[in-house]
Amino acid sequence: MKTDARRAAVTAPRPPAALFALCALCALALGALPRARVASAQDTVTPDTQIEAAGAYVIRNARVVTVGGPEIENGAVVISQGRIVAVGPTVSAPAGAREIDARGLSVYPGMIDAGTSMGLVEIASGAPGTVDTSELGDMNPNAAALWGLNPHSAHIDVTRVAGVTTVVSLPSGGTISGQAALINLVGTSQREMAVVPQAALVIDFPRLGGGGGFGFQQAQQAITPEAVTARDRRVEEMRRLLREAEAYGRAQDAYARDPKAVPRPETDLRLAALVPYARGERPVILRADRERDIRGAVNFAREMKLRPVILGGSDAWKVAQLLKERDVPVILDAILNLPLREDDPYDALYESASKLQAAGVRFAISTGDAGAHVRDLPFHAGMAAAFGLPRAEALKAVTLYPAQIMGVADRLGSIEAGKIANLVITDGDLLEARTNVRHLFIAGRPVPLVSRHTVLYDQFKERP
Amino acid sequence: MMKRLLALAAAAVAAGGALGPAAGAQERRGAAAATAAQAGGVTLVRNATILTVTRGTLANADLLVRGGKIAAVGPNLAAPAGARVVDATGKFVLPGIIDAHSHSMMDGSVNECTQSVTSMTRTQDVLNPSDVDLYRELAGGVTTLLLLHGSCNAIGGQSTTVKIKWGHPASAFLFPGAPPGIKFALGENPKRTNFPGPPQGPALRYPRTRMGVEEVIRDAFTRARDYRAGWAEYRERARSNRNLVEPRRDLQLEPLVEILEGRRFVHAHCYRADEILMLINLADEFGFKVRTFQHVLEGYKVASDIARHGAGASTFADFWGYKVEAYDAIPYNAAVMTRKGVNVSINSDSDERARRLNIDAAKMMKYGGLTEEEALKLITWNPAWQLGIQERVGSIEVGKDADFAIWTAHPLSVYARVEQTYVDGEPLFDRAADLARRGQLEQERRQLEQAEANRAPAQGGTPPRPPAAIRRAYNHADDLHDEGDEQR
Repeated sequence: MKTDARRAAVTAPRPPAALFALCALCALALGALPRARVASAQDTVTPDTQIEAAGAYVIRNARVVTVGGPEIENGAVVISQGRIVAVGPTVSAPAGAREIDARGLSVYPGMIDAGTSMGLVEIASGAPGTVDTSELGDMNPNAAALWGLNPHSAHIDVTRVAGVTTVVSLPSGGTISGQAALINLVGTSQREMAVVPQAALVIDFPRLGGGGGFGFQQAQQAITPEAVTARDRRVEEMRRLLREAEAYGRAQDAYARDPKAVPRPETDLRLAALVPYARGERPVILRADRERDIRGAVNFAREMKLRPVILGGSDAWKVAQLLKERDVPVILDAILNLPLREDDPYDALYESASKLQAAGVRFAISTGDAGAHVRDLPFHAGMAAAFGLPRAEALKAVTLYPAQIMGVADRLGSIEAGKIANLVITDGDLLEARTNVRHLFIAGRPVPLVSRHTVLYDQFKERP
Repeated sequence: MMKRLLALAAAAVAAGGALGPAAGAQERRGAAAATAAQAGGVTLVRNATILTVTRGTLANADLLVRGGKIAAVGPNLAAPAGARVVDATGKFVLPGIIDAHSHSMMDGSVNECTQSVTSMTRTQDVLNPSDVDLYRELAGGVTTLLLLHGSCNAIGGQSTTVKIKWGHPASAFLFPGAPPGIKFALGENPKRTNFPGPPQGPALRYPRTRMGVEEVIRDAFTRARDYRAGWAEYRERARSNRNLVEPRRDLQLEPLVEILEGRRFVHAHCYRADEILMLINLADEFGFKVRTFQHVLEGYKVASDIARHGAGASTFADFWGYKVEAYDAIPYNAAVMTRKGVNVSINSDSDERARRLNIDAAKMMKYGGLTEEEALKLITWNPAWQLGIQERVGSIEVGKDADFAIWTAHPLSVYARVEQTYVDGEPLFDRAADLARRGQLEQERRQLEQAEANRAPAQGGTPPRPPAAIRRAYNHADDLHDEGDEQR
């Protein structure tokens, strides 16, 4: 109740939409303005309804960090109808394209965090009505994050103005948690935001032994025969379900081919949801942090012929050889966690990315944050770079690599003609905390640099 | 220099004398630690970029350390005979980072929740000097911590200011001469002890509303004022009447009397603007000052009021939204308060975040446009002032304690890493030494795992037992949680 009232107070004054669009436009056109949120700052927390549609723009005189190819010292990027249409030292822009003079600025692809629960939780503590991360029950393949995701969450504005333009939003809890959505952080509906509505199955791989190092006061579980049996029982239940799904898929196909000769299979929503994953058509994200659990998850995936992605991966560097052999990628979401064990080196997790990179394991870096702090993504990558990961690799770990791991590198992750125009224009190194984002495009739309935080800042900064 | 030291020593003696047994211990034990540190050797750090914080940035400068103190700063210093010389070419020296809100090394005990006023309890009594998080923090360039009681009561326990004297006994951690402090808590946390309440939760405890929080503090200070008057009357009458009996000592009220007399710093946990104004109002009425508002997430809404009261503000860089009271938190908080003249620090309240306060400070240049010097002050000089130890630490100046770290790049860069951290001139973290020791530790671990007691049953070992409880890192950043809370 109180939260609603506060939001209402913040969103109250709202100028006519046309005026807003015009102002956002002139702010963009005047690339020389110190901050692009000037025109719209006093307005609204969720201005997506007023962000203009994807038009034609040409960004000139910029350092273009393509990530996919070589850096262009003084180049241009042309975007039209939501896509990047040209990149290079010299480009020809379509007639009527609006120009952005990015002299002294750098253009990067938008960052991607593949390990969030964006939109599924607004306030984790004290407001259970805003928490939609974990469904009841142990096997929920048919629970889809897309349908619990709030496109108007304040976390979305706050995240994108920091340069993170795309996230994977994952459900959690149970053994099979549900299906994750891969979304761009712009739009007024889930459909509009979704790049891949059902992007991956999420499995919280049954673990053995103590909880993670940061689970507050989690009891250390002994590895007793009973604990092993309980773990094996849950794995067996998943195995059975995946096999059934595979059979269910075959039965459905057979019925579709010849409805007269084949009996109609009963519809089963759980099995139907699992079919593409059981067939290895879409990625399965398995949460596992400890060495033993990662090995278990990788072996399970091979046995079931899944397309595995390890999420968490605190101990992945210890399993690097296996991960390399099986070509299993890892989404590291614990770079800034405390080490798992008291006697681990102080930098065990800071270093984990550089160790995977050196071993040739495919990886991406994630905040692992539900939503509010996903904007810290560049600093997770920066810390990995401070501890041995080459800077170019750190940048890829939050752009191209997550796109590749999620199977969307044809559309996202770098600045290349044909890709979705998610572009961040900055006054410095994208991973540095001091760097400012000066312009932002998501799906080709010019996004004002406004968030719940800039609005409150503007409301109170001059109060005497 | 000598004059200042003497003045400090005199002040410490005076304070110790006046405060009585409850408050004087930190000063006395700290003095012994200082003596030990002065036995340290001579170190010359060569050719660094020195970020003095108070006197600008010195390129290609040297730093001479003698007896645990900064003896000289400047170009081309001569190395005294026997000095340890550290080549810091291309590297940066920053004063030791000061975290004005920590619960590290408080061994499993952050909150005494059973009463609304627990000013008689002392965080100093639960210090574990071998908490590994201390080492991890040193590796992030942190050298000083304010150890605060939790936030589950309106008036919590006494705080402790420590230096991270890794490898030394707990008594050596106590910061010599640091003014004593105490934790207050406003708003939701002192209420939350009642969530969910019986029958699922523990017995209800007053207060349950913000009205009650105000009343608890008002009641406590009213009692403290009467208590103080009782002692004053006794002392007055005792001059002429030797047969008078002393008033009964009240360990709960004594720290509050110290607050009323300006001898103990109040560090008040708060979130919402109205809570902040409430305490300012109450403090003005009783005639004391709040030294810092802690968290103070809506401080930007009442920044001028905080400045007028003269309090400092110790906040998160950009941590927000984790509960309803943190939903209006904005990363511009530090900048707005700084611009209104408030002394602002960035703290961690977390064993994890404490390791990277340099990056949190760097963010404050982006959010609200603080200068580089202002950003650096958020984690050095400003918290030093908030803890009342600015004469000793918080900047690189001749005569100050040799608490500093050597960084591989500018510490406001995400690419920077700490090479060495010195406390009282002693290198207590050294990355090269840490790396060199790892092989040996790995071997030791393997040996232990092969020991009979640690072998798995399948390999002929004895049946396993659940390991004994170990201290978990404090990582909740909201003070309220501790072991007791989690269990219910």
